[in-house]
Amino acid sequence: MRRLRRLKNKRAWLAAPYGVWAAGFIIIPLIMIIYFAFTSDEGGAFTLANFSEAFTGETVKALWLSILLAAVSTAICLVMAYPLAMILAERKRGAGGLIILIFILPMWMNFLLRTFAWQTLLEKNGVINSILSFLGLPSLNIINTPWAIILGMVYNFLPFMVLPIYNVLIKIDKEVFEAARDLGAGPWQTFRKITVPLSVPGIVSGITMVFIPALTTFVISDLLGGSKILLIGNVIEQEFKQLNNWNVGSAMSLVLMIFIVISMVVSAKTDKDGEGSLL
Amino acid sequence: MEENALSSVLIDMINISKSFGGVTVLDEFDLSIKENEFLTLLGPSGCGKTTTLRILGGFETPDTGKVMFGNTDITNLAPNKRQLNTVFQKYALFPHMTIAENIAFGLKIKNRPAGYIKDKIKYALKLVNLEGFEERSPTELSGGQQQRIAIARAIVNEPKVLLLDEPLGALDLKLRQDMQYELIRLKNELGITFVYVTHDQEEALTMSDTIVVMNQGYIQQIGTPEDIYNEPENAFVADFIGDSNLYDAIMIEDRLVEVDGVKFKCVDEGFGTNKPVDVVIRPEDVELTEPSKGIVTGRVTNLIFKGVHYEMEVKAANGTEWLIHSTGMKPVGEEVGIYVDPFNIQIMNKPEYSDEEAQAVEE
Repeated sequence: MRRLRRLKNKRAWLAAPYGVWAAGFIIIPLIMIIYFAFTSDEGGAFTLANFSEAFTGETVKALWLSILLAAVSTAICLVMAYPLAMILAERKRGAGGLIILIFILPMWMNFLLRTFAWQTLLEKNGVINSILSFLGLPSLNIINTPWAIILGMVYNFLPFMVLPIYNVLIKIDKEVFEAARDLGAGPWQTFRKITVPLSVPGIVSGITMVFIPALTTFVISDLLGGSKILLIGNVIEQEFKQLNNWNVGSAMSLVLMIFIVISMVVSAKTDKDGEGSLL
Repeated sequence: MEENALSSVLIDMINISKSFGGVTVLDEFDLSIKENEFLTLLGPSGCGKTTTLRILGGFETPDTGKVMFGNTDITNLAPNKRQLNTVFQKYALFPHMTIAENIAFGLKIKNRPAGYIKDKIKYALKLVNLEGFEERSPTELSGGQQQRIAIARAIVNEPKVLLLDEPLGALDLKLRQDMQYELIRLKNELGITFVYVTHDQEEALTMSDTIVVMNQGYIQQIGTPEDIYNEPENAFVADFIGDSNLYDAIMIEDRLVEVDGVKFKCVDEGFGTNKPVDVVIRPEDVELTEPSKGIVTGRVTNLIFKGVHYEMEVKAANGTEWLIHSTGMKPVGEEVGIYVDPFNIQIMNKPEYSDEEAQAVEE
């Protein structure tokens, strides 16, 4: 027993590099954010003023808009990803793998580059509108609107919805679907009563993995939303970089983090088996 | 056996062929399943028995031929529209539902009233000896218990036919034997038809009214367990069912067969003269005598105690090797005589087609 424990202690040392990493780049910055959020920028005394200053009309509007756009994008991703994941899971392993590869190929390109590409495509005199006018069709004016931001979010985050759902679906024993059909369920009833409930862990994981980056992004809104549409990510960026107010910026970040933690706790509760969850 | 109870045909499979990716699994297959029958599809893996069951269940569509259920053609009917239920090999219980929800699944789909469903769950759990398991989760159950729930889930729908796909394959020996008796009891209590798939010949002999021996997509023999065991129609059946002494032989004339140069009297007639045949003699039908009283003499080369009997191997003077089951023991090296009652020698025609040829049983 004692030898086993010593062995375990030795093993624990293997985690030391990560421990140093986590302390230096995760825990200390977190403490600093909490510190800045609860202190005033003059003198460093304890205050809650940063929070009241952070949540004035403009920021609250940006937060709600962020939540709305992230939710809409997540919903679109789910609707698009689920059938795709089902088709992939039904195929033989090899063929499914190839499609998955083609599907994630764009992910190998730089995130900024991809979003810039959409900017060029969607511009007033961009590629898409040139083609549309060539064909005599009305032009598409969605650049610098929330629609362009949603498009960018869906395009960038869709694979993060497909993969966890696919991973859960391929693990379900095919006999279970046949058993449902055998007991009288039609294809739609089988989907509703068997496929969906059994894929909940994948759905929850997919929602988390799309919703959180969509909620916090400032690059997509910056490039595709122009300067007119501010999301919470842009507001926080402005506090830090333009207004140089770390205290209010930290307070905003902290509130956003609380939102994220809540969504993760909810998903961990739903996903009892712990398959594919982030916690 | 009970001829009148087994008389009316319930399902007719007519001229069914099915291939997967160019490999023929069933070839012009015909089978009638009678009402109230315990019918077993028996054969080595790849013989087409599971495909036959899946065609009955509606999970595969045959390339040619049709399936008649009474007077209705059900060949292309979806699985959920059939009056059959399946017990799957890996049980296929719904892991996100309780036992009660699993059993209620089919009844809820059919919108049965809640009171009726509750009674049915209770009845089914009693039938499979798992009363009080309603609120448990399938993951908490042992393999044998999951098996029983899978059966309960199927039978509450009152199917005319229950299809069972190697349902005891994953259980250990003792449990398997218990479940065999359980299944026979269930079948008698429910009074429905069972179609059972297995590669285990002992299981088939124990439970069935009718055994269908299959190999490479063809039916080798259909008969009662006694028929199949005592009068195998070809070498494959003889070899697959039980232990046997299987010899190439020549039918000299009616009632006389020659094995490795030694002539044996038998009771079969009508094979012609000097015709090559297969001969099967069960190990328990070989009698050991004084050397002078045997048809042929030999020496014991191997001896194993099997509990109920001894298993001995004897190499005869003419080179034939004999497997013998006997309650009397002869030590290794002893000179013995071998005698076989003419009635216990089974003569079989050689297979006509090369692809029906008997092949070594893969186990």
